Amino acid sequence: MNVTRRHMLLLLPAAAVAWKYVKAGTPASAPNYKTAEHWWGMLIDVPKCIGCGNCVRACQAENDVPDGYFRTWVERYHVSDYDIENPVVDSPDGGKKGFPPVKAEGGKNFFVPKLCNHCADSPCTQVCPVGATFISPEGVVLVDQTYCLGCRYCVQACPYGCRFIHPQKNVAEKCSLCYHRITKGLTTACCESCPTGARQLADLKNPADPIHEFLKTHSVHVLKPNMATHAKVYYNELDGSVR
Amino acid sequence: MNSFKNAGHLFRLAAVFAAGLLVFLVIRGFLVPRSFGRYGHYRGNAIAELAARPVNFAGHQTCEDCHADVLQNKKDGRHARVNCEACHGPLAKHADDPISLTPPKLDTALLCVRCHEANGAKPKTFPQVASADHSGGLACDTCHQPHSPAIVAEATK
Amino acid sequence: MPGVDGFMYPNEIELQWSVLIVLYPFLTGLVAGAFILASLERVFRVEAVKPTYRLALLTALAFLLVAPLPLQLHLGHPERSYEMYLTPHRTSAMAMFGFVYLWYLMAVLVLEIWLDYRRDIVLLSQSSTGWKRIVYKVMTLGSSNISQGALAVDERAGWIITVIGIPSAFLLHGYVGFIFGSVKANPWWSTPLMPVVFIFSAMVSGIALVMLLYMLTTWARRQAIDMSCVDTIARYLFYAFIIDFSLEMLDLIHRIYEADESFRSLDFMVHTKLYMSHIVVQIILGTVTPIALLALTQVLKLTEMGRKRIYAVAGCLTLVGIFAMRWNVVIGGQLFSKSFLGYTTYKMGLVTREGLLTAIVLTLLPFLILWVLVKLLPPWAEKQATAEALSVQ
Repeated sequence: MNVTRRHMLLLLPAAAVAWKYVKAGTPASAPNYKTAEHWWGMLIDVPKCIGCGNCVRACQAENDVPDGYFRTWVERYHVSDYDIENPVVDSPDGGKKGFPPVKAEGGKNFFVPKLCNHCADSPCTQVCPVGATFISPEGVVLVDQTYCLGCRYCVQACPYGCRFIHPQKNVAEKCSLCYHRITKGLTTACCESCPTGARQLADLKNPADPIHEFLKTHSVHVLKPNMATHAKVYYNELDGSVR
Repeated sequence: MNSFKNAGHLFRLAAVFAAGLLVFLVIRGFLVPRSFGRYGHYRGNAIAELAARPVNFAGHQTCEDCHADVLQNKKDGRHARVNCEACHGPLAKHADDPISLTPPKLDTALLCVRCHEANGAKPKTFPQVASADHSGGLACDTCHQPHSPAIVAEATK
Repeated sequence: MPGVDGFMYPNEIELQWSVLIVLYPFLTGLVAGAFILASLERVFRVEAVKPTYRLALLTALAFLLVAPLPLQLHLGHPERSYEMYLTPHRTSAMAMFGFVYLWYLMAVLVLEIWLDYRRDIVLLSQSSTGWKRIVYKVMTLGSSNISQGALAVDERAGWIITVIGIPSAFLLHGYVGFIFGSVKANPWWSTPLMPVVFIFSAMVSGIALVMLLYMLTTWARRQAIDMSCVDTIARYLFYAFIIDFSLEMLDLIHRIYEADESFRSLDFMVHTKLYMSHIVVQIILGTVTPIALLALTQVLKLTEMGRKRIYAVAGCLTLVGIFAMRWNVVIGGQLFSKSFLGYTTYKMGLVTREGLLTAIVLTLLPFLILWVLVKLLPPWAEKQATAEALSVQ
């Protein structure tokens, strides 16, 4: 494309404005945030989850999540002896108000928090027809809600059921890994409010992040590894019955 | 040149298609957002827009800047790793304007059971009680100080 | 939770794609099928089906024009749909389909109809009056050359377009199949057979539709039905059906035999939630019965009236069956949980934007458009003769 002087006169002010937006990604409170230095994921320590639902409520409070839809949710599993193929699972209102007491008769019982896995090879970004959902340079899968058509193809393509269509905005929505918080040096709302440390934000590019040591010393899994989505939410001691 | 004359209508058709394509390209030049494609197949400005959303949870470091006394109380107890807003809710607005926006006092009768009500699915090592039997409906802070919940003095019952 | 059996991920309970997305592959399937029938005459020189050539093309156009409407109505932001043409994401089958659709509409269908009708258009532009004259004049693109040489050029160009058009028709509907078949998250959809099954079921539905339309319009115009024409069409319908049925049985047998992790959940779904639509309507009423009826006409020597009745019944059952197939793929694929632990229910609205009424209107609309097209560009042989009589050569 031939860039004439006329083009430059139009492009330069536009570039200056655009640069301001780029710099806005490095806001005042975290002037050192550079996307190239981060590769975000999360660690879920399953044995620590107590199903209190703090994370679900915190996410709703932080991100204006509409009732009945979930950017994150908690599932409760009951696996009776030897029957790993047929767990009994429930998630009343996504676990937002905790779980009703149940008499655990034999078998295993545990809670599994779930959220967007921010897959490095995400099938949802692959199918978006216009580029409204994408993976940011530092590995966070985001939705540009001003560009989304609401075709729902991404919702169909996600193997984990983490996406939904916002009932008022009519566009796709999902966990953004609290992008507006992690770029300011804060942790995500769910991790901030988890009382037991079952959820921890992980920066895989940061050599000081405890995730590296954790991955070396624990038995860690991702959900649906057969889908080869290269999910970046790692689950410690994930039972084989978890779907 | 007879064949050209006989194919005149096809040339007209080709001209119509070419004109249509040109119109499309011109319109496209106007409508595609300027920042599209900067980092990948998406609107580059979206990144900054998403990062600029307002924050509702201040984060425990912000709380500790002012409430160092609570931190002192908390740091050796069982709730040392429980962040402030896990119980007190989102308080970024209070952190921005501490005087005029004070958070309400929490009702421990409702708050504590969220985590500590006995449930067969919770890890066995996690401290949990059947609240009806344990406290008979009394608010938890009757005996426990939430920031450092271990009871140090003898119970007066 | 009302409507939910077992466990579904919380965001899965509400269906994403409604009856409009069932309608969309049904309509594009009819387009592809009608076009393939038309190409039988043009490229494969099956003379017997010539009476349906122009009707098949107009039918394809009428349905192709309506096909984007269910898509627009289902979008959360239809006013942004142009983005698919401005910034299409090359890895998205849906985005690429926008261009396949455009190609097929403009470079194949409209072009072929124009080339085939050009002589009539020129004659009508000279003989008609009022606004119709203006419409025809515009359609001539200002050229009134209908000499032997020009018509020979049209014939050759039309033949080339049809040859390109056949793989384009396969691409048009095969792509729809790929949009579903490439979703690895959904085991009901994810199979390499999906585009092939869609193509052949499209051919079956398109051929059945043209056959029915031909019989209906000929009867309405009080003309005699050309039996060699419908007999040939019915034969091709029969062959296409055999292939389509074989493909669907192959998919079914493969699933049952391999019995992967999704099988038990899907099997249960087919036997309960999808029993009526899949077993009864799609397989028994919509596939086995028409195949049996058409087989009868191939094996037994039946009277003309007998054959006409069988073709009418078989044609109608076929269309119902292929619609049911689209329903079972789209809706069925969303009724089960991706955890394989539960099921939900499809609550179809009646008068909502994506409801039943909209679906009915969108199904009837192509027939209205076809009626207009037939008035504008008559496909009947005797009307062509009239145009000739009016011609000022």
